Amino acid sequence: MKTEFIIAAAKAIQQTILANENTLESLDRAIGDGDHYINMKRGANTIVDIQAELASLAPNEAINKIGLKLLSTIGGASGPLLASFFMAMAKVLRENGDESLLKIAAAFAAGVQAIIQRGKADIGEKTMLDVLIPVSNQFKLLATPNGDIKLICATLINTAEQGMQSTKDLIATKGRAAGLGDRAIGHIDPGAKSCQLMIEAVCKLAMEA
Amino acid sequence: MKKFINHLDNVLVESLSGFAAAHADSVTLHLDPHFITRKNKAVNKVAIISGGGSGHEPLHSGYIGVGMLDAACPGHVFTSPTPDQMLLAAEAAHADKGILFIVKNYAGDVMNFEMAAEMLPFESATVLTSDDCAVINSTYTNGRRGVAGTVIVEKCVGSLAETGANLQACKALGDKVNSRTASIGVALTSCIVPAAGRPTFNIDDNELEMGVGIHGEPGRRRETMREADAIVRDCVDAILTDFKTRNFEPNKHEALLLINGFGATPLMELYLIYNTAAKLCKQQGIQISRSLVGNYTTALDMAGASVTLCLLDDEIKQHWDSPVHTAGLRWGS
Repeated sequence: MKTEFIIAAAKAIQQTILANENTLESLDRAIGDGDHYINMKRGANTIVDIQAELASLAPNEAINKIGLKLLSTIGGASGPLLASFFMAMAKVLRENGDESLLKIAAAFAAGVQAIIQRGKADIGEKTMLDVLIPVSNQFKLLATPNGDIKLICATLINTAEQGMQSTKDLIATKGRAAGLGDRAIGHIDPGAKSCQLMIEAVCKLAMEA
Repeated sequence: MKKFINHLDNVLVESLSGFAAAHADSVTLHLDPHFITRKNKAVNKVAIISGGGSGHEPLHSGYIGVGMLDAACPGHVFTSPTPDQMLLAAEAAHADKGILFIVKNYAGDVMNFEMAAEMLPFESATVLTSDDCAVINSTYTNGRRGVAGTVIVEKCVGSLAETGANLQACKALGDKVNSRTASIGVALTSCIVPAAGRPTFNIDDNELEMGVGIHGEPGRRRETMREADAIVRDCVDAILTDFKTRNFEPNKHEALLLINGFGATPLMELYLIYNTAAKLCKQQGIQISRSLVGNYTTALDMAGASVTLCLLDDEIKQHWDSPVHTAGLRWGS
């Protein structure tokens, strides 16, 4: 992995968040409190703003910097959760290296694990984890030395989409929608949607590279 | 949307600056990252720090001052503040006896304060407020939300801290007040988050949202609008049922009745609600010996109100009655 790719990924994430303003806003208005898009936009913009600083860093340092920056910028639940993801991912990359898909998949899994711990949530609770856990599992499975990056990315995009759609029929047991009971059924979780969008954006970028 | 705004990005800073200027005798504003402290730092006491999303004014900054908070961290509208704000506020307010965070039980607030506490170089403890009894099935949630009852917790813990009590004692009182407090809110309209520019939820003229949260997040159920007495009765019933579920016998206690406006309901209606709620409590044998009516934990421009009952004991009563000098609550001397 190169820092160049990380910066390009941050830009791709910013683009997809901005392009999906209406989707994210309406999902959050339905079962949240209407601030998810605003927070994601603030986070994405901040990271793109510090791209010059990131460019001088090694990949694991850049990812750690992204985590720290998000922690002090986003707030809400997304802030600590996304920050925990990047900081844990950076730690594993620093310790294990970043030169193979297998190592990146392991770092991604560590990031997801950090979200599980920080949010005390798991799959099936109508949160971002309904996208992240299946994607992480699939990524670990496919990240073999001979793995075809295009095929892997296409599969992960698909997995993220399915995970996002799966939140529609769930009752929320974690997150802001947890007070809603059955009323949350029929609505896609906004955090799951933004995670799916980000994964799709980064995977598409990796397919082009 | 029709609001007093110059530029969307500046709403929070301009509002905080106005708050600090209006109360320059008692608070100091620090920007980037944002936190507010007492103008005159207290000595040798537990520093009581709260914080949360903005839009609930006067919560929390309005409760900084002698007898209540030492510092507060305002987040963006309805968004938890971040750990860097909390760390700097703690550093500024620390007065050699540790830090007590008072945190409303929302996932974002809990996680941000948790990360701050992990990074803090001082001893700290946290009181999580969770007075909202609207969330029926607690197995499906992160637990109850912290709403207007937080004001009572902040007042009582702030009072105890002024006496030089230690961190454990302050936390214990905060937990006790919280456990003896129950609230439920009703919304008649949605609020509009300035950056979103449109109502958070749609609600018809003939509807109300029972059990609404202080961010306009939906509550127990959508109901048909009806006369005030009937709405208030449902609120009081929900609170009393909640106390009974938790093995309290409300009729054996004196109580504090707080009618809190969400921002767009006039005091005239809040007093009307108080009138009904107090009568209903009396019918149930509950002696209302303390009261508070006004906008204390708002949800921007939402029309609606919440009812909070706190079951008093001698200790809580003493700390509720003690002098307080803040922008939002002020009595005694």
